[in-house]
Amino acid sequence: MGLNVSDLTIARGGVKVLEGVSFALDQGHAIVLRGPNGIGKTTLLRTVAGLQPPVSGQVDADPDSIVYAGHSDGIKATLSVAENLEFWAQVFGNTDILTAVAAFQLENLVTRPAGGLSAGQKRRLGLARLLVTGRPVWILDEPTVSLDADAVAMFADAVRGHLRGGGSALIATHIELGLPEAHVLEVGPYRAKPAEADDFDEAFL
Amino acid sequence: MIALLIRDLRLAMRAGGGFGLGLAFFLIVVTLVPFAVGPQSDLLARIASGILWLGALLSCLLSLDRILALDWEDGSLDLLATAPLPMEAIVTIKALAHWLTTGLPLVLAAPVFGLLLSLPAPGYMPLIVSLLLGTPALSVIGTFGAALTVGLKRGGLLLSLLVLPLYVPILIFGAEMARRGVDGLDYTTPLLMLAGITCGTIALLPFASAAGLKVNLR
Repeated sequence: MGLNVSDLTIARGGVKVLEGVSFALDQGHAIVLRGPNGIGKTTLLRTVAGLQPPVSGQVDADPDSIVYAGHSDGIKATLSVAENLEFWAQVFGNTDILTAVAAFQLENLVTRPAGGLSAGQKRRLGLARLLVTGRPVWILDEPTVSLDADAVAMFADAVRGHLRGGGSALIATHIELGLPEAHVLEVGPYRAKPAEADDFDEAFL
Repeated sequence: MIALLIRDLRLAMRAGGGFGLGLAFFLIVVTLVPFAVGPQSDLLARIASGILWLGALLSCLLSLDRILALDWEDGSLDLLATAPLPMEAIVTIKALAHWLTTGLPLVLAAPVFGLLLSLPAPGYMPLIVSLLLGTPALSVIGTFGAALTVGLKRGGLLLSLLVLPLYVPILIFGAEMARRGVDGLDYTTPLLMLAGITCGTIALLPFASAAGLKVNLR
């Protein structure tokens, strides 16, 4: 189960940020997106995940194969760690949360309300959600924010296990993930040329 | 879908969930009215059905911005949008959860509050039936308004302005039905109109809400 992006142009707030982006993500592989702030990494990920339509170009992927994890973890503070995970497992039609709990070492926290977790623990819970979805294509936006070195290693192990199981991952990040096998895609060269305002736009300027 | 409903209900019950918010507001309105208009029970009996409908509508309005805004803030909405549930199902479940936590308690509390306003005995049945028919439409329309304003900070004012005109027909027919019941008149026509509005909104608005939400998630 892969992902094919061809000649994609994307816009944020009506302004084109990246154009002509093409890449293919095959089963068992990971791509790490890199680029300066504001270049459009998040927009690219949201477009690939189907949250917003591209300006032009195509994303060829089965929408039912993709799971997206953004800057926020979607954790409900008043639900316990286990309740949070069970909810997402049920939404995606699964029941097992124990593997995910073990992968991110959340065993001691399962009965705690998620609101009482530290930032790093919340992020681990958010990443554990990926495992309970059982979906093959992970689209991750800055997954290691607020994680310590051990937790980053935990995350790298989880991604590696996912790739071994035939999954794939598209990750935007600024830091070293400890995943030397991942292909790095610099999005800088795809930066969109400033649009020339045509007469119609000028009427509104 | 059931999981989402259970989660929303559970969240509403937990601390800060706002389960009692609408009910408490309803109680406040109903207890303050006799102080404001004076304790003449014949006057209260005349306006009771209208006050109860107005109170129910306003308490419903009070909790609308919570329907989607909380899920938007913590990112759950993005994650739900990429989940296997269709957006139409998500907004329908959200509306159902809102009705179960706000509308239904109001319907159940209305007879008790009717006593406070000395609602005449023949008025109880039509009042409850009209609220039971009308409040689901309030939740569905409210979810539509919430879907349109979900990305806005402090979108509550805009939400109220958008939703209130759409609430007017429900208020007219609902209160009319309850008033006719009190007066011992035939209330079939407002009953049918109210039922028709509710069925129409439940059938059509989830699609509009889903479309609005998709635009706001971009």
